[in-house]
Amino acid sequence: MTHTLSVLLENKPGALARVSNMFARRGFNIESLAVGPTERPDVSRITLRVECEQDSLEQIEKQMHKLVNVLRVSELEPGETVERELALIKVTVTPERRPELLAVADTFKAHVADLGPEAMIFELVGPPDVLDSFEELVRPYGVKELVRTGRIALPRAAGRRTPRPQHVLR
Amino acid sequence: MARMLGSDAILRSLEAEGVDVMFGIPGGAILPTYDAIARGTSVRHVLARHEQGAGHMAEGYARASGRAGVAMATSGPGATNLVTPIADAWMDSTPLVCITGQVRTNLIGTDAFQEVDATGITLPIVKHSWLVQDVEELPHVMKAAFHVARTGRCGPVLVDVAKDVQEAAIDFRYPDQVDLPGWKPPHKVNARQLGEAARAIAAAEKPVLYVGGGVVNADAFAELRELAEAGGLPVVTTLMAKGAFPESHPLHAGLPGMHGSKWANWAMNKCDLLIAVGSRFDDRVTGKLTAFAPGAQVIHLDVDAAEIGKLRHADIPVVGPLKLALAALAREVRRLREEGSDGPSAWRTQIDEWRDAFPYRYDRDGDSLKPQAVLETLRDLTAGRDDVVWTTGVGQHQMWAMQYLVCDRPRSFITSGGLGTMGYGVPAAVGAKAARPDATVICVDGDGCFQMTCQELATAALEGLPIVTVVVNNGWLGMVRQWQEMFYAERFAQTHLTHQVPDYAMLAEAYGCAGFTVDSEDRLEETLEEALTCGRAAVVDARCDPEEKCFPMIPAGAAAIDILEYPEGETVEA
Repeated sequence: MTHTLSVLLENKPGALARVSNMFARRGFNIESLAVGPTERPDVSRITLRVECEQDSLEQIEKQMHKLVNVLRVSELEPGETVERELALIKVTVTPERRPELLAVADTFKAHVADLGPEAMIFELVGPPDVLDSFEELVRPYGVKELVRTGRIALPRAAGRRTPRPQHVLR
Repeated sequence: MARMLGSDAILRSLEAEGVDVMFGIPGGAILPTYDAIARGTSVRHVLARHEQGAGHMAEGYARASGRAGVAMATSGPGATNLVTPIADAWMDSTPLVCITGQVRTNLIGTDAFQEVDATGITLPIVKHSWLVQDVEELPHVMKAAFHVARTGRCGPVLVDVAKDVQEAAIDFRYPDQVDLPGWKPPHKVNARQLGEAARAIAAAEKPVLYVGGGVVNADAFAELRELAEAGGLPVVTTLMAKGAFPESHPLHAGLPGMHGSKWANWAMNKCDLLIAVGSRFDDRVTGKLTAFAPGAQVIHLDVDAAEIGKLRHADIPVVGPLKLALAALAREVRRLREEGSDGPSAWRTQIDEWRDAFPYRYDRDGDSLKPQAVLETLRDLTAGRDDVVWTTGVGQHQMWAMQYLVCDRPRSFITSGGLGTMGYGVPAAVGAKAARPDATVICVDGDGCFQMTCQELATAALEGLPIVTVVVNNGWLGMVRQWQEMFYAERFAQTHLTHQVPDYAMLAEAYGCAGFTVDSEDRLEETLEEALTCGRAAVVDARCDPEEKCFPMIPAGAAAIDILEYPEGETVEA
């Protein structure tokens, strides 16, 4: 199954490389990875998605804990987490079909980020599955280019955070 | 606080860490630091002939002393030549601090002369590394490097210092504390887990302690012995733990694995409780993992939480420093054992019976010198001495050394386990001798291994580090030949080295060492005796039977219980 991990790491040169290298060398596959600043300038947060069995997940968490730059690793439980992603989608569209496409976009609260004679770029922020739906609906028009940031996530405001101490990981 | 150059700050840091010897070779990007050595330091610098040699010397030093080894090299090829020792230290958890020069900061990233991305190349094989581009960071980085190398699970670190950083001035003060918010190795043991483990041990009918190199790094020898004796527990020590528990102790139950004894492998595979202590279920120990110790409940003690459950599920995990864990466990087991009970005595009797039934055996007939006889003679010549440190290369000779030498003291058997680095033996012996000048350091090497790093004989001769190297010379890459014979239908592709080229005794003389040659058992003892007492660095070329194979053997991928014994025939028991 797919797991979402939130990793706090020191904002130092090479820190991200150490994390991604650990995945590569131990044969774990990262599905998506988003890294950015946090409330502390010296700390970055990686949100990463990994498809693996429970045993592998524990091994991943423990191996990451051993990296000197890694401050905390926690798994974000689905349902107890707010997840968002940003997509930019460039869709081919003739002026005649624009209104119907804009209606679809409106339903999803997607913004028009740019407009050209034969294409437009939508900007959509939302839970990843909403982005999936929107992508699917606009695909028939002809998607020229598409980019997604990969999801970022935080535990819910009322949720409990459960970083597991290493000694009880097994 | 004193004003000085970065290069001097490196040396003052080494001095503050209590380093007494380092091993290295100068070159362009590390020259400012060697200039600082010329200005003066209390750290002895041993000049190696190849950076790989320097790295293995630092490893040998670390293994013999229990302190972190220090190797120094220049940028580019100097750094890449250290990659093998770093990988070796990574696999065997040897505390190693490597300091390399890097090109000037304004040249980093430009493919400058002798520039390589040293921290990048070593990324997967270090605990941590630092590229120092600001001299103000240097004291903190040095402090952190030693701290990380030695705490938690030991291992290698790399400090890559740009040349202009070495030349820059700094107000130096060595920090008292490290600032590493993300480095939190466990410092205590969970009491609940310990209690569970103690009850399982006290209740077990057929327990075995499966002891690995972690016990050596933890300096937990007395605590291990306490536990073994408290529970009457048979102790199997892996290659990396040879000597961590006295091999002549009645509870010692041999060495396991691919070329371990049948009795040790049987004990591990027929036990009902396997207590892994600082060991990692390596494939050379377990054989086919799914068939390994199938009926056993597993207690796994390790300072590295990631080892627990990595290969074998642990029914009772115990994470923490082994010294603490073993001491607490020993107390608890002693309390739980009934007064007067000597533990699982029927099980110990069973193991002793296996030991008697399946000793190491070899065929001593024939004209040629048997490699096992070389090891047995070395063992007998050094029997009862507490000042002997062995090192080995990798291959058949290493496995015979493991089988036939008897080590009763920790840190007396130094070898390359996880990485299997041919060429480890000679430089590791030089490093061990530097760590323990009063010890008799004997490298048991193969002819293939010896030729990979024998240039370090020059270091041994010139630095006053008289090691004795016994080349078990069978004229072949013997272990590879054995696999070709057994698994590749005797197609001996590219494994023949010959007994004669080079002439090892003459080569030794050329390097300023004493050289000896022996090719029969008649002169074996006197030749070895002579080499051991000559007072100089010495090499004994022991020309052995090229066809001798190492048994017992668990073929790769086979179940450990199906270990193959020495072929039937006229054999003598060891």
